[in-house]
Amino acid sequence: MATDAEVRPDLPARQFDALLDAANEGPGVQFDGLYVHRGAEDYDRLGGYTLGTPEEERTNLSESEFHAAAAARAEYVTNWYFWRHVVGGAERRGGVEGDAPRHHRRAFLRWVERADDGDQTVPERYAALAGGVSREWGQLRVTATLGPAGERRYELRHVDDADASLDDLDAFDDPLAARDVATYDEKGRYRPLKTAPTLRSGWVIRNLDQRAVVQAVDAFYPATIANWNLERAGELDVSHWDETAERQTGIYDVVDELSGDAVDRIAESCCVDSQCLKRRMWDENEETELGPERGEGIFPCREPCSLVIAAARKWTTLEREEPRTYEFELTPSEKEQLEEIVDAVADGRIDEIREADVYDGANRYRARYLRAKRFDEEGNLSGTPTEPDGADAGGGSGGDASESGEADGDEAEPAE
Amino acid sequence: MQALVIVAHGSHLNADSSAPTRDHADTIRAVGAFDEVKTGFWKEEPSLREVLRTVESDEIYVVPLFVSEGYFTEEVIPRELRLEGWDVSKWDSDGVDADHVSLTAADVGKTVHYCGPVGTHESMTDVIIRRAESVTGDPDVGEGFGLVVVGHGTERNENSAKAIHYHAERIRDMDRFDEVRALFMDEEPEVDDVTDHFESDDVVVVPLFVADGFHTQEDIPEDMGLTDDYREGYDVPAEVDGHRIWYAGAVGTEGLMADVILERAADAGAEIGEAIEVVRERTRSAPAAGD
Ligand code: SF4
Repeated sequence: MATDAEVRPDLPARQFDALLDAANEGPGVQFDGLYVHRGAEDYDRLGGYTLGTPEEERTNLSESEFHAAAAARAEYVTNWYFWRHVVGGAERRGGVEGDAPRHHRRAFLRWVERADDGDQTVPERYAALAGGVSREWGQLRVTATLGPAGERRYELRHVDDADASLDDLDAFDDPLAARDVATYDEKGRYRPLKTAPTLRSGWVIRNLDQRAVVQAVDAFYPATIANWNLERAGELDVSHWDETAERQTGIYDVVDELSGDAVDRIAESCCVDSQCLKRRMWDENEETELGPERGEGIFPCREPCSLVIAAARKWTTLEREEPRTYEFELTPSEKEQLEEIVDAVADGRIDEIREADVYDGANRYRARYLRAKRFDEEGNLSGTPTEPDGADAGGGSGGDASESGEADGDEAEPAE
Repeated sequence: MQALVIVAHGSHLNADSSAPTRDHADTIRAVGAFDEVKTGFWKEEPSLREVLRTVESDEIYVVPLFVSEGYFTEEVIPRELRLEGWDVSKWDSDGVDADHVSLTAADVGKTVHYCGPVGTHESMTDVIIRRAESVTGDPDVGEGFGLVVVGHGTERNENSAKAIHYHAERIRDMDRFDEVRALFMDEEPEVDDVTDHFESDDVVVVPLFVADGFHTQEDIPEDMGLTDDYREGYDVPAEVDGHRIWYAGAVGTEGLMADVILERAADAGAEIGEAIEVVRERTRSAPAAGD
């Protein structure tokens, strides 16, 4: 874990040469506390070199003195080299090298090692990196460590495996292993929503370089890095429900029929933290906020996703129906049992209910008993037909076959 | 820097739909012709709306992994990618001629070279043939064989049938197979009666679909009588009415599809060096993607 012990990396010739070039040719370097230039000021290229850090300033150095000074502050130099020449995306503002706007990879990597808040000096940060600096991104734990010449190495694992020993995890080196890990949940079910909190654990992806770690994170949680960084810059292009629904065509053209109340229910059904780790930033429209919690997630959701739009299409047809009054005969416990069953399904609790736990209304035996007692042969609750004349129509039996038979992926859309 | 972005339909229900897209992306990534290779989906993530913001390169080549021009390539993809000034007339296509058009994507302010779908590129013909070679295990398959290109066929999109006829015609012109037919699921001539259309004992059936799914794994095998119940599988070849039917499954799972994607991008101006030749060679021995 992080200590205050000094971590002094090697300074490879290539990195020193880059520094020398920057001093000789450019306006010098000003980055993360390091400043380097030739001459007395950074605009004058004559005379010796200057190398300064928060700890000390050395001026009027010969090239060999400059080299020795750079090696003595190798953490600063390798840090500059990594961010300037390996990661890239630096932009000079007022003489200082900052992050270029919309360089999402750089912004994310700076955040990972807590370089973005500027609270630590580079030696402090290197000391921390030597032990590993970890941050959480959804259900991912991203850990940055330091190589011998200041290069960073990254590791990804599930947050639940933070303390797991490597021997207990399936280890991968390929960033695209992320795709396979993310495809199915623990029970082998396909995950249509990558930011659902159902990422399985038990794996680690190691030895990732700065590009590979971003590639892997982007495979787990596509576009979250970009949207997070845009949001930090105040540039997130939120598209609210109304405009998103309006934009739809084809089979989704209908979703703009839904009322604001229905949209509220959609957000509550699909977008809260128990269902999706994105923080919902879209509302009904610019003026009208939706009621449900937005969530605490680190990365934002900028518009209703395709899963929500596909579900909304179903709700649109369901909401076209008018309510009716039915009469059912149930005991008080049976009424409560129905409520328990709906809750259990809605909360995804079905698999947790033990086989013999007949005290739980959503227990399978209990549900079967209720069905045996209260459903007639047609499956009507308490023998009450869905249609008054007994015809079995409407949404009650699960919709028309053309929709429920969409095994090819929703997708009753024209093929091409 | 230049990026390739492959866009496809994807699915909320199963992983098979997007598997070939990712496999072809991997093939292309491995030849290193692009600085970045990304995939974006209508039904998966990153969505078409957000895929471009995951790209760092300034030059972006977008290739739709769809079999024909139509609703997705003309309406959905340009809209979702926010291609400024898009109009289908820019393709100046008769249904199978879309090549590419260069536009700015509004949200990222970058140039996007938006290409026609893979399915209508002439090199797609080679993939159909490669698929026939793969399924028969015979690199010279042709003599004594009939070949069917199967399309969805739908009243809503006449271009879908055009693409099928286009490739069937080109294969016929090669004089490699004894007989070549274009058949459809939803319109005449129908794939159900496949054996009525052939004298050859052996018939290879190649559906022009980008991924295996409900249509290619359930509908077509049952319609042709390869099996009564798709869940029980079927033989390759399967005996039907005295013919041997070599059913190939979706052509889109063939490794050589990566070549068509590259051809599309190269036609639009991407600098890809020898990548096409390398991919042609590498996918020859590789097992078909997504199997
Ligand atoms: S729309 Fe809702 S469910 Fe979909 S990604 Fe956004 S927050 Fe998650």
